[in-house]
Formats: sequence, C-alpha cells, structure tokens
Amino acid sequence: MSNYVVEMLNITKKFPGIVANDNINLKLKKGEIHALLGENGAGKSTLMNILFGLYQPTEGEIRINGKKEIINNANRAIELGIGMVHQHFKLVEPFTVTENIILGSEPTTGGSINYKKAVKQVEEISNQYGLQVDPHAKIENISVGMQQRVEIIKTLYRGADILIFDEPTAVLTPQEIDELLDIMRNLVAQGKSIILITHKLKEIMAICDMVTIIRRGKGIGSIATKDASPEILAEKMVGRQVSFEREKEKAQPKGPILKLNNVSMKNEKNVNVLNNISFEVKAGEVLGIAGVDGNGQSELIQAISGLRKINGGQITINNHDITNKNPRKIAESGVAHIPEDRHKHGLVLDFMMTENMVLKSYYKKPFNKNGFLDYKAVDEYAKKLIEQFDVRTPTIYDKARSLSGGNQQKGIIAREINLQPELLIAAQPTRGLDVGAIEFIHSQLIEERNKDKAVLLISYELEEILQVSDRILVIYEGQIIGEVYPEETNDKELGLMMAGKKLTKEG
Amino acid sequence: MKKFLLTLSALMLVFSVVLAGCGQAEDEEDMNDTNGSGDMEEDATEENKGASDISFGMVTDVGGVDDKSFNQSAWEGLNKLEADLGTAEPKYLQSDSDADYIPHLNKMIKDKDLTWGIGFNMADAIIETAERNPDAKLAIIDNEIKDIPNIVSVTFSENEGAYLVGVVAGLTTNTNKIGFVGGVDIPVIKNFELGFLEGVKAVNPEAEVEKNYTGAFDKADLGKNAAATMFDSGVDIIFHAAGGTGNGVFTEAKERKANGQDVWVIGVDKDQSIEFGNEVTLTSMIKKVDEAVYQVSADLVEGKYEGGSHIVLGLKENGVGLPEENPNITDEILAQVEEYKEKIVSGEITVPSAYE
Amino acid sequence: MNKIFAKQSIVVPIVSIFLGLMFGAIVMLAGGYNPITAYNALVSEIFSSRYNIGETIANITPLILTGLAVAFAFRTGLFNIGVEGQLIVGMTAATIVGIEFGYLPWFVHMPLSVIAAALAGGLWGGLAGYLKASRGVNEVITTIMLNFIALYLGNYLIKAFYLEPGTARSYKIEDSASLRTDWMTNLFDGARVDLGLIIALIAVIAFYIILWKTKQGFELRAVGLNHHAAKNAGINVNSNVVKAMFISGMLAGLAGATRSLGLFDAQTIAAAYTGLGFDGIAVALLGGNGAIGIVLAATLFGSLKFGGGGMNYVEGVPNEIINVVIASVIFFVAANGIFKLIIKPFKAKRKQKGAAS
Repeated sequence: MSNYVVEMLNITKKFPGIVANDNINLKLKKGEIHALLGENGAGKSTLMNILFGLYQPTEGEIRINGKKEIINNANRAIELGIGMVHQHFKLVEPFTVTENIILGSEPTTGGSINYKKAVKQVEEISNQYGLQVDPHAKIENISVGMQQRVEIIKTLYRGADILIFDEPTAVLTPQEIDELLDIMRNLVAQGKSIILITHKLKEIMAICDMVTIIRRGKGIGSIATKDASPEILAEKMVGRQVSFEREKEKAQPKGPILKLNNVSMKNEKNVNVLNNISFEVKAGEVLGIAGVDGNGQSELIQAISGLRKINGGQITINNHDITNKNPRKIAESGVAHIPEDRHKHGLVLDFMMTENMVLKSYYKKPFNKNGFLDYKAVDEYAKKLIEQFDVRTPTIYDKARSLSGGNQQKGIIAREINLQPELLIAAQPTRGLDVGAIEFIHSQLIEERNKDKAVLLISYELEEILQVSDRILVIYEGQIIGEVYPEETNDKELGLMMAGKKLTKEG
Repeated sequence: MKKFLLTLSALMLVFSVVLAGCGQAEDEEDMNDTNGSGDMEEDATEENKGASDISFGMVTDVGGVDDKSFNQSAWEGLNKLEADLGTAEPKYLQSDSDADYIPHLNKMIKDKDLTWGIGFNMADAIIETAERNPDAKLAIIDNEIKDIPNIVSVTFSENEGAYLVGVVAGLTTNTNKIGFVGGVDIPVIKNFELGFLEGVKAVNPEAEVEKNYTGAFDKADLGKNAAATMFDSGVDIIFHAAGGTGNGVFTEAKERKANGQDVWVIGVDKDQSIEFGNEVTLTSMIKKVDEAVYQVSADLVEGKYEGGSHIVLGLKENGVGLPEENPNITDEILAQVEEYKEKIVSGEITVPSAYE
Repeated sequence: MNKIFAKQSIVVPIVSIFLGLMFGAIVMLAGGYNPITAYNALVSEIFSSRYNIGETIANITPLILTGLAVAFAFRTGLFNIGVEGQLIVGMTAATIVGIEFGYLPWFVHMPLSVIAAALAGGLWGGLAGYLKASRGVNEVITTIMLNFIALYLGNYLIKAFYLEPGTARSYKIEDSASLRTDWMTNLFDGARVDLGLIIALIAVIAFYIILWKTKQGFELRAVGLNHHAAKNAGINVNSNVVKAMFISGMLAGLAGATRSLGLFDAQTIAAAYTGLGFDGIAVALLGGNGAIGIVLAATLFGSLKFGGGGMNYVEGVPNEIINVVIASVIFFVAANGIFKLIIKPFKAKRKQKGAAS
C-alpha cells in the first residue's frame, strides 16, 4: 500500500502533430504541497487536464489512493476528490458567492434550493480553512483574491481532498499572494493535498515540499525543495543556466525623446486620474515607472499611445506635438508599445501569427499594394521576425491563440521592435511569464536602450523595475512623487514611496 | 356581358341539378335561373363519363385552405366538384410568399386541366404562366385579366354585398361607431370598404366608421389588435374583410362578449357564424367563391371553358349577399336589407366601386 | 490523424442532414403522411427538370446575397439584423431607377439600377453603422427599427408615386433594367434564373477578396476579432464599423435588386418582410461566415425551401409540417456539435478496442 494519493505514471499525451506530455511521472503524498514546474507551454496544463478528466492520456496510468482509475470526465475526477482552481475563474459574475459555490450541486428541499442551508455550509467551510468571504456578495463586486477564494471553496464544497492550483498567483497582488500561501498551508495542515502549477521559483521555495519539473513536454524529474535552490530549479526548467542578474553597462543617456508637460486626464466621474504629470525619457535610457496597480499607470500609457484623450498638458516626441493624436499618427512618429494586456490589446488572438506580425504595418509597403495585401511579403516578413525572436509556434500560420503566453509576448516584442521606434513603451512586459522568457524580454529592452532608443518601462513588480531601469519614477494617485536611481535605492524604500510616502533625503 | 350571363345561367342549371341530387338545393335555389332544366340534365350526365379524368388545381396566396374564409371557400368549391361530378381529386398549393406563385402555378398546369389562382395578387403570375404555356387553362378569382385566351377571370361586386351588411350595421349599432378591418389595401378590399361605408351612410348618416388595414391576410394577431383598439374606442360592430387576419377579430369579440361587452362581428366570404358561432357573428357578407370556382370548373367539364372571359358576380347574380339564416338580425332590418337589395339589383342605387 | 479530421468535416454535415430528414420523417409519420413519397417528391422537385433546377437556383440566389451580407457584418463583429430592411430599400431603389430611366440603353440602365440598389442598401446599413460608431447605439436595435422603417417607407414610395392603378404593385420596370435574359430563361426552360445569379456569384468572390486579400479586409477582420487590439494598432475602429455596415448593406441591397429587377420585374406593396434577410442569418451561421460555406448553406436552404413545395403537392404535406422538416434539417446541421457528442462514446469505445488489441 503506497502512501501516495495521486500517482501519474508514465503519462504520454499526443495531439495531432505534437507530443504534449512525454512519459511524465508525478507522485503526490497526502498532506504535501507539490509543485509542478515548467515554462509556459511545457505541458503542465495538459498533464493537469488529464488528471482532471478533461483529456485522456495516450499512454500511462493514473492511480488515486493506490487504485488504478480511468478518469474520463471532470465529474469522475470530482467523485475521486480532485478539485481544480483554474487560473481563469469560472464564475458567474452577477451571482452571489454562495450561488456560485453551489452551482451545479445545489442543496435542495422539496425541489427548491435551500439557500439558507447553502449559506451555512459555505460559512462552515470558510471558517474551517480560514477562507473569509462574504457569502452574499456578488462576484462582480469582490476583488480578484476573493474570487479565487470562492473558487477554492467551490472545490472544497464538492468534497475535494486533492486540490490543483493552476498558476494561482499570476493574478494576485503581493499581499494577496501571502494570504493565499497561508491558506494553502492551512489546507494541508487539515489533511488536504495540493498540486501547485507555477513557474514562480520564489513561491516554490517558500511553500512546496516537492517539485516535479517538465521541460517541453518531457518529465525532467522530481526533487525535494529542501535539496533545491532557485538556480537549480531554473536550470532544470529551462535546460540551461539562467541568470537572475541583468548584466548591463551604465546608461549613456542622450537628448530627450518623449516629453510630458503637465499632463492631466479625467475619468468618467470627472476625477483626475493623471495629475500634472511631467517627465522626459531620454534616448539611451530605460525609465521605469514604479507604482501599485491602479495609480494611473494604465492611463499614462493610454495618454502617450493615443488610446485616450488627455484634458490638459502636452506630449511631444522629438519635439513633435503628439497630444491627443490618433494612435496611428503617434505610432508613425516613432512610438512602439508592448501593451499591458497582451490578449486584449496586443494581439488579435484569432489571427494567424503572420497577420499579427504586421498588425501595425500592414498598410505600408511592401505589404500594401494598391489596397491589396501582398500576403507573400507578409509571410516572409513574419517568418523572419519569428525566427529572429525565437517565437515558438508550430507554423507561422497558426493562430496567436494557440501559442503560449511567453511566445505570444515574444511575438509582440518582435513586431514592436521592428517598427524601429524612437520610444518603446513596455507595460508589464513579463506578466505571467516564466524565467526564461523574462530573461529574454529584459535583454531585449536593454538592447533597445543600447541602440539609443528611449524605453519606458511600466511594471508593478519591483524586482523588474530595479533590475532593468536606469532611472525610476514613482507614481502614486496619478502623480509622480519621486525619482530615484536603482543603484541608490532598494525595494524597501521604493515600497514606501509606492505607498505614497514622499522621499525625504537623509543624506 | 350578355354572353356571360348566358353562360352563367346555363352553368347554374347544371349546378343546381347536381346539387338537388345531393339534397342541398335549398341553399342554391336563388342561383337557379328560370330556364328549363330538362335537356341540361342530359348534357351533364354525358359529360360525367369523362369527368374522372378531368382534374383541377388551385394555388392560394399566403393564406392556407384552412383560413375559414376566402381560400377555404375556393377549396370547398373544388371538393364539391369532385363529390358531385366525380372529377379527379383536386390539389392545392399554398404560397409562402409571392415568389412562390409562378413555380406553384407551373407545377399545377403540368397535370391539371384547369388551374386556379386564388386572389387578386396572383394576376401577374397567372398572366406570365398563361403566356408561357398557351395550352394550359387558367382562371383567377378577384382580378380581371383582359385579352388572354387561356384565362378566365372572376370578380365579385363586393361593394354591393358590403352595402347590405353596411345597412345591417348602420341599423344595429348602439354606439353609432362601426369598424372596418381590411386585409391589404388593394382594390378588392377597397371595394368592400366603399360599399360598406355607403350602406352605413344610407341608413345611419350619424354613424362613424373607423377603418384599419392590417396589411396582411394571414395574421390573426394583427386582426385581434385592430379589433381591440376599435372596441376600446366604443365601436360595437366590426366588419372584416381580411381573410385569416379576421379570425383574430372574432377571437377578440368573443373575449369581449364573455366579459359582457355588447359587440358584434360581420364575417366575410363565407357564413362565418358556422365557424365562430351566433353569439358574436351578426351576419356575414358571403362571397360565393366556392360557387364561382365550381361553376367555371364545371364549365370545363361541360366542354364550355371560355378563355378570355370575365365573369362578374354581384347581387343580381347572387354571387354576393347575406346568409339565409340571420338569427341576430330583426325582421324589420332584414326587410330594409331586402328593399335595398332590390334597389341595387334594379339599378336604382349604384354602389360606388373601387374598380372604376 | 489530420486525414480523419478532414474526412469528418464532410461526413458530419451529411449525417446531420440525414438525421434532420429522419426527424422530419417522424413528424410526417405522426401527421399521417408517407415520408418516403414526400422525400421522393422533395428530391424530384429539386432535380427532376431543367425548370425545377432553375427555380431552385432562383431560390438560392437571394439567400447567397443575404447570407453574405450578414456574414460580412459578423466578420467585423457586428450583428446586422437589418439585412431585411436593407434589402427592401435596395429593392425600392432598383424599382424606381428601373421604372424611371427607360430611355437609357440596357447596358447602362440595368447596371445603374443594380448600383442604385447596392448604394441604397449600403446607405441604410451604413446609417446603423454610423449610429453605432458615433453614438454607440447597438446595431441590433437600430437595424431592427430600420427594418420597419424600410418596409413602410418602401410601401409608401411605391404607393404614392409608382402604383399601377388597379394593382397592388408598382409599374413594371423597363425591359432595359431587367436582369432576365432570354438565354438564361431558355436554358432553364422558363425558370426565373437571371443575371441575379451572376451578381450573387460575383458577390461571393468579392466577399472573399475584400475580406482576405485587401488592406481594408484586414482591418475589418481585425476589428471584428478584437477591436481593442485593432484600435491599439492604429486602426480606426469607428470608420471600419461604418464601412462594414455599408458593405453589408450593399450586399443586402443587391439581394433586393434581384427581386424587383429579376424575379418580379415590379415591386409589390408588401404586407410583411420577405424573410430573406432573416434566413440570411441562418445561412451565414450555417456557412460559418465563409464564402464557400455560405454558398453551400444557401444551396441547402434554398433547395429545401423550393423542394418543400413538391412534398405539399405530391403527398399533401401541409406547409407547416414542411417547415418543420426544413427547420429540423437546418437544426441538425447547425447543431452538429450535438451529433459529435452522440458519436463520441462510439469513438472512445473504438479507441479502447484499438488500444487493447
């Protein structure tokens, strides 16, 4: 009798033209937090979807509590006590927390839903595991962290003993991440077992007992966290040594490219979301904008890229006024933009990669010939970019949707950098990406700087700001409240500034 | 016209003889002319020999043969023909839209000896089909087509019949508000309206007549809405000339009646009290489409189909009029109706027509 | 593996049609009609003669155009329920130009009438597009309302200015504006196949080229799939919304032209919608909003509609039941996801067997 609750043995899953999982083993002990580590697109989700009954393995077997099982749908998985907390929540927004939790397995008395009983059950679960939620709140009115708790309670409500967390921290703020880690500790303390899908090494080191690593579909092996270090894990994941330090020479800033002069913007409620912002980005420097999410960063990008009109002030590129010009005019005056939300703003997911590569230049020669698109030229161009930036896609004609997040982002960066911009705006360029991709993207940003381009980096991740920027501005409630240099500051000081504390020079 | 009358009277004879055999002569007695009937009977029997080889078809407009009104009446005419003369089983095709007329007619003429187009709107399609197929025999109800040798046109003097029900309505109304619900604003229906207005005016100049053209012959819901609006505004009698749309008028009236409101409907085309009951049906303006279809078809059986002719059926020809039984109308009013009828037949009153 | 998928894509719709017909047969049996004779009649109605084939084509033609119209808007992320109204406006314009400019030679008059229809339909659609772009009014609502306006405006114009006395239709259009040609009419034994078919086929090609070969089409599709990204990439979303609705309306207007210049050579005072615009929605969805798909879907739809008449004639099946039969075929084709669900267990079983052996 084994003491494993889940054993996935020699799992292989083939899709047409691709082997998504190749001979992977994963063994989860009771009361253990087991990380499943791999780059984006390595096959983690496929493996977990097999465990959750959404896919059938081509080869291999699954044992639950030592017993061989065929899990051919999610209901069977739930019966076996497996629950999945998806990265993208599957909640009905206008419903309440309780309604979402009971959806599909409602407690009934005489045919009608016993709502009171449901609320009581939800409260019991949330008390037991320290998952505080308001059972009557509507999903659309609660924070992302709360929504995640609802997802967790949903699985517990259905009697899950084995919980799969799919990239749970990707959507959370640092504080929420800490809370989540506590919740997970609490869950295992009460006898649950957890599989954590992630590529964040810090979290693994902080909370997990074991790590199973997949690289490009292949099982690399399992290792106890106590025997590992971030460097070892990163190397196993990526297949080569990864550096966490960004090597760069000291910036040699030239003249200013982008200038903002007293820029203000009001929102629909007539409140200033940008308040008299003035700064410049020079050629040959990376200017980082640090700040907590929601302090005007998005609006700042929208103002510069022309997606939203400003109510006051002036924006110039190389002394050309681009204030409230349309996005295309601004792009043509030398602004490239890696958007914050790559799915929403960066790509047309259902376009082929070739089409996405020319999304900003299709109307120019050589693609546009008298109103007709020369798809041959488009394909050639896209092929060149995709090779040059190592965007991994089965073919250049695949839809952007089918690529992993990291490869999608690489595609966007390839496209934007090839516009030969004077100014490159990079908003949250590494959100949700793995270390390998992050390293690549950071090096691209620095390379642009070295080519004497101006780079404006907006990020909520302090580490990123400190690693890549040559100069840092802190934004708080729509205002720039300080300027620091990365070599003269640390994350503690920056953290305080981001919370609104003005820097007092102490010497 | 004379020629036509001659044909008609001959026809009616055949008709009445056959009907007499079925014990339904009572209804049709008025149709009988005074000509002797002895030798005609012989003819009819002779023709009957080949009758089973003679087949008829009809193409309806967007309404079906169950519209309880116009199309149904025509269809009954053909069925009666089969029953009486032993002609082949008749066929019908219902059009979903005006685009169907021509293909449906084309289908019919391929194996029918006479194909009917039931309704005013089918004229263009009938003409095109007739011209393309000079050997086919066609006939149309409600539209006069001139100078095409393989079409017989039958129209009715709806204005005359409508005049009489106008008289009834004018004399019966308590509120001095009367309604007219028309199907589509086309000359045939206009003809109903003109006659009806005139009839009301003749006996009750005070009465107002509200009009509503619903724009369709097959939408009972529109009829119901129109009736509801009228009844709400104080109308107590509605005359409908709207085919299947009129069914909605009856429905609304029944509901009102059940709630104690004193309302009446005057039906159209057939004696609609049979379908909708005497409690709401004041009377009906019968348009004997069935008989017209029957007569012209029987004519063909007789070998007397006369292409290019135009038959007009008015009060005089008994092609339009009130039903035999009118339990809801007082004898005094009926007497007045009879008076007006005579005046129209004699030409003393000329009812304005939409065809002129 | 890929081969199996390709094969499935043909097998699935065919089996779906079969299932639809089976369901229709059950309905007919329940109604006391013989489904075998009825289906026999259906098929022979569609194919039995040149005339019937011609009439089937005449049924398919406007559906191709309205299907394209709906699909074009769909591709730009717009739901044009107003194809019906744009069709009526186009038809009215074609009728008026067809009646008015009789002194023109046919090679000017006919194209002019067709272009008038396309422009009128385009403007009618573009109006909804403009309201969406400038005021953010949902196109579903505006187009529904514009349908009503189109119907009654068309009726009014014909009634007030072009009514031939004693009829319920306009004057006939001049021969010089007619889409009918002797050679086509004779080829199909008098059936109403006319240049409308050619117009529809040209429209299919134009639809494909505009969307997949031009810069404009690239923008329209980008807007349709993700208007945020399109805007971010410098594409003017609003102007593309107007353009898409304009072109969609033009296609609808052309469908209108094929009626008053071809099928009828006049315009009837219409009591109700033609229904073609709404059928176009089904055609577009059934055809996956693609050029070839729409032609196939329109062919299926149009053939069933015309062939249905045969079922009525031969087996006496009432129109209501015929419509149920047609609807169930369309339903099963559209819902082939359901069908895939049904065959899934079989496939799984087969796979298991394969694995075992």
